[in-house]
This record gives sequence, C-alpha cells and structure tokens, in this order.
Amino acid sequence: MRFYSKTYKTFQFFNYTCIALLSLACILPLIHILAVSFSSRDAATANIVNFIPIDFTTAAYKETLGNNNFIRALLIGVQRTVLGTVLSLIVTMMAAYSLSKEQHRFRGRNIYSWYFIIIMLFHGGLIPTYLVVSGTGLMDSIWALVIPSAVNVWNMILMLNFFRNLPQELEEAPLMDGAGHFRTLFSIFIPVSMPSVATIMLFTMVVHWNSWFDGILYMTKVEDYPLASFLHTIVVKENFSEVGVDLAALHQISNRTVKSSQIFIGALPILLVYPFLQKYFVKGIVLGSVKG
Amino acid sequence: MTEPVFNTDKKALRLPTRGWRAYLQKTWPLHVLLLPAVLLALVYNYIPIMGIVIAFQDYKPWLGFGGSPWVGLDHFRYLFEYPDSMQIIRNTLIIAFAKIMTNMFVPVIFALLLNEIRIKWFKRTAQTLVYLPHFLSWVILGGIFVDILSIRGGIVNRFLGTLGIDPIAFLSNGDWFRFTVIVTDAWKDFGFSAIIFLAAIAGTNPSLYEAAEIDGANRWQQVLHVTLPAIAPIFIVVATLSLGRVLDAGFDQIFNLYNPLVYSKGDIIDTFVYRVGLLGSQYSFATAIGFFKSLIGFIMIVISYRLAYKWAGYRIF
Repeated sequence: MRFYSKTYKTFQFFNYTCIALLSLACILPLIHILAVSFSSRDAATANIVNFIPIDFTTAAYKETLGNNNFIRALLIGVQRTVLGTVLSLIVTMMAAYSLSKEQHRFRGRNIYSWYFIIIMLFHGGLIPTYLVVSGTGLMDSIWALVIPSAVNVWNMILMLNFFRNLPQELEEAPLMDGAGHFRTLFSIFIPVSMPSVATIMLFTMVVHWNSWFDGILYMTKVEDYPLASFLHTIVVKENFSEVGVDLAALHQISNRTVKSSQIFIGALPILLVYPFLQKYFVKGIVLGSVKG
Repeated sequence: MTEPVFNTDKKALRLPTRGWRAYLQKTWPLHVLLLPAVLLALVYNYIPIMGIVIAFQDYKPWLGFGGSPWVGLDHFRYLFEYPDSMQIIRNTLIIAFAKIMTNMFVPVIFALLLNEIRIKWFKRTAQTLVYLPHFLSWVILGGIFVDILSIRGGIVNRFLGTLGIDPIAFLSNGDWFRFTVIVTDAWKDFGFSAIIFLAAIAGTNPSLYEAAEIDGANRWQQVLHVTLPAIAPIFIVVATLSLGRVLDAGFDQIFNLYNPLVYSKGDIIDTFVYRVGLLGSQYSFATAIGFFKSLIGFIMIVISYRLAYKWAGYRIF
C-alpha cells in the first residue's frame, strides 16, 4: 500500500469529479439530441426533455425516413463516401507503391516526392479551385465531390512508410518469379498491408461522410446534395428557399424532434465506426507525430 | 527425392546502369502507377495554385485566366479600403488567437489530470468519450449546438435558469458568439489534442519518477520536475506550429453557427471570402483576400518552424 498525503487524496477526489464531468460534457449534448428525437412533439416543444425521452415515440424517425428528400440525400452521401474512398485509396496506394522504392531503384522518386509535398504546403484557395472544378465540367455531378480530393498526400505518406517497412523479400520474390510491379502491388503488397489499408480507409470514409462544403459549392440543386450538405442547409441554416417546399412541409421539417432525428442519423455512421477508429488512431497519431 | 527449385537468379532485379531506354523498360510500371495521382494533382492542385494570378487581374469568367485585364495590386488596396475589412481581420485575429491559446493549454492540463487517474476502466472510458467529438462534423455539431444553446428553452439555458442565471444569447449576441465559438472549439478537440501529450507522458522514463520519489518529491513536485519537462519539447512544437493558424479562425465551425445578427463580431476572412467571392461573384477580390490570408499563414509557418527548430530542435524535413 502506497502512502498518499491527505492533500493528494483531496486532489484526487476533485480530479476524478473533474474528469468525469468533462467526459460527460462530451457525450451529453448527443444524448440530449437522441432523447429529443425519441420524445413526443409536445414534450419537445415544451422544452421539458433532458436526457431521457418523454412519451417515447419513434414518430420522428418514421417521418424522417419517409421523407424522400432526406432519403435521397442519405443515398447520395453513402454513394459519395463509397466512391470517394475507393477512388482515393486506389490512386493513393498506387502512387505510394512507386514512391516507396528507394531512389537508386527508381530514379525520379525524389522529384515525384517533392511534386506531392508542394501541394501539401500550397493551396490555390477557394475561388481558383472552384473555377477549375467548374471549368473541368464537374459541376452538379457526384464526381465533383470525389475527384478533386482524391489525391491525399498525408495518406500517401502513411502508406508509403508502411510499404517501406515490409520485408524486402516480399518485393524481390515476385519480381524474380516474373510478376510485374502491378501484380506485386495488387496481389502481394495490398493484401499483406490490409490492417493499415483498413485504417486509412476508415479515416477517408469519415472525412467523406463529414464533408459538406463541397456539396454546397459544386451542386446547384438541393436534390443533388449529399446528406452533410443537406443537413447544413435544412437543419442548421433552416434555409428552405432553395427546396421550394410548401408551408405544411415547412412546418413538418422545422419540427424539433424530426430535426433531432435527422442530426442523429447523420452522426450514426461515425458513431458506428468510432470503436474501430479509436483502436487505430492513437497508434497512428503517435507514430506520425513523435517520429517527426 | 528432388530438391524444391527456388529461383535464386537476382538478375530480374538488377537495373541497367546505362541507357535510359533499357532503364525505362524496367521501371515504366512505376511511372504508370504514379500517373493518376500526378495528373489529378496537376489539374486540381497545381492549376488552382497558378489560378491565384486572378488576384492581380480583373477576372471575367468569359475571358478566362489568359484574357482578363491585369490590375496589379488594386484588389489588395481595395481590401484595406473596404469599410468592413478591418473589422473582419480583427474578428479573425481575436477568435483565432483565443483558440490557439485555449487549444494549447486545455489539452495539456487535461493530459496532466488524466495521467493522475489510477483506475484503468475509468481512464479508458473517459478517453473514449472525450475523443469522440473530434470525429463529428461541424454540421452535426452545429445542429446540436443551435438546439442546446437556444435562448428559447435550450437545455443549457434551462440549466443556467435553475442556477438563477438569466438566459444567455449564446449565438445571437456578438460577444457571446465569440465566447461560444472558442469554447465549443475547445470542447470538440481538447481530448484529441491531448493524445500527443499523453503519449509524451507515457514515454517518460519511470526511473525518473522513482529517483524523484527517493529524493522525497511528492506527487506535485514530481509533476513539476519530471512530467512537465518531459512534455515541454512537444509542447513547444505544438505551440509554435499553431502560430501558422493566426488567420485561421475555423470556417466550418463559424459558417455552421453564425447568422446575420453576429456578422459584426463573428464574420471572419473565410466566411467573407465565401459570401463576397462566390455568392457575390467577385472572384478576383475574394482570391486576393484568400491569397493575403495564405501568405500571412505561410510567413507565420516559416517563422514558427524556425522557432521550433531553435527552441526544441524540431524539424519536419
């Protein structure tokens, strides 16, 4: 039994309380929204719901899931997440494979590396990027949400370092047996590095699911908005002018329980992958930063 | 019994020492694998970087980058003459600076407190909960905060009401808006930012604590003389790197939380660029402002990298 002074014990009491309150503060807003979404409309309007639903009902979710605009946005959100993640991963992994070769095995590697490091440091900014995206004819198409962000240099560096740490024989053996670089990458490297591919995939998915600004920028019609952009316009900004809804529908959308259910459905995919994310990110961040 | 045949001929791996033709024959797949990324970066990263020239032009979409007339630094001059721009720059600096300070100290204090927690499950649960908000987007959080901070029966104001405090207009009073923006930003990221300090603390040599204990140091003195010096280098790195964000007040957050009522205190460079540049179609002017912002950010990053190297011996390259 270690000896602790009385002051330290008092400190620990306050410390535990403080950490517990901070942790609760991080989750309670979400629980409140969840409670509101499962409460009856009258209870929500009367502002009496705290963290437990009052007059439990799933009416709000029925209404949300019966709302075609919402479902359409949800599907576009899923679509851009899947498409964007796959595209970004393929482009990034192919580039990372080449860059993982040493300079003496692949002359030009350093030039390519600087080419990508530069875009990590400099950005054209909002307007020039917007002009290029519209100039390449991507406006109003789902490709505007996945192509411009496909090259992720940060992920490329993570992947490159992982490939580089694989045993060298793994690369030499297939090449000696007559497999080309393409086969080495797709049949050996990627299957072997599945855990880190999965990590990068999860993070890319979260970024895509959360992206809302590009949807607002590049989609001129609200019908083309992915869920995040839709939530921004309808739930956060309450801007109905672009949707062209009649007053009855407006009344329905502005209903607080329905809004809460939409917010919660928007957060749900993140909550579902969060346990898997948490397993990886501590390791990843520590590797990425302390190594520096 | 036959020996298994292994290919031990490493000729397939050897690269030709002379002749680029033979060399290319061996390595062309590596170039091809890079091609998609190179092309995408060229179109969507390099061309926009070159597109910054429109900050020095009077850009008209139908004339293009090449055909628009040059106007030199007119847009930059206009930026400083524009009636609102000083207020916007001031808003940006105040919010960004306050965020830098809170986001520097709150995670350190949290990491130090969490480090004193001895009950394993308690610590792990706390970590799981405080890291979560980092992964939720400002759209979701904006929706949540607009609801819970509402002046008409939002749960926060109801709670304050039970303490006898009048409802506070968190999102519709300019000064309170700034306060809300700073606190909610700290709320979102303090846990996640603490990870790096927790890692530094975990990496401290335990014999240092033992030595301090034998020398009669109590817990507080151990924190002061062992833990704090252990996280000092990484703290200096984080602090100096955050200097590059002095004009970065957080577009996502403010765009999701603000409303016309708080434009005077809450409008920042990025939201202004969006409203004036895209919604108002003043492409050149907005690009000039954006360029001004990145230029300042870049200068600050260069300075802070030098400082980080000087004070903490930290280099990224």
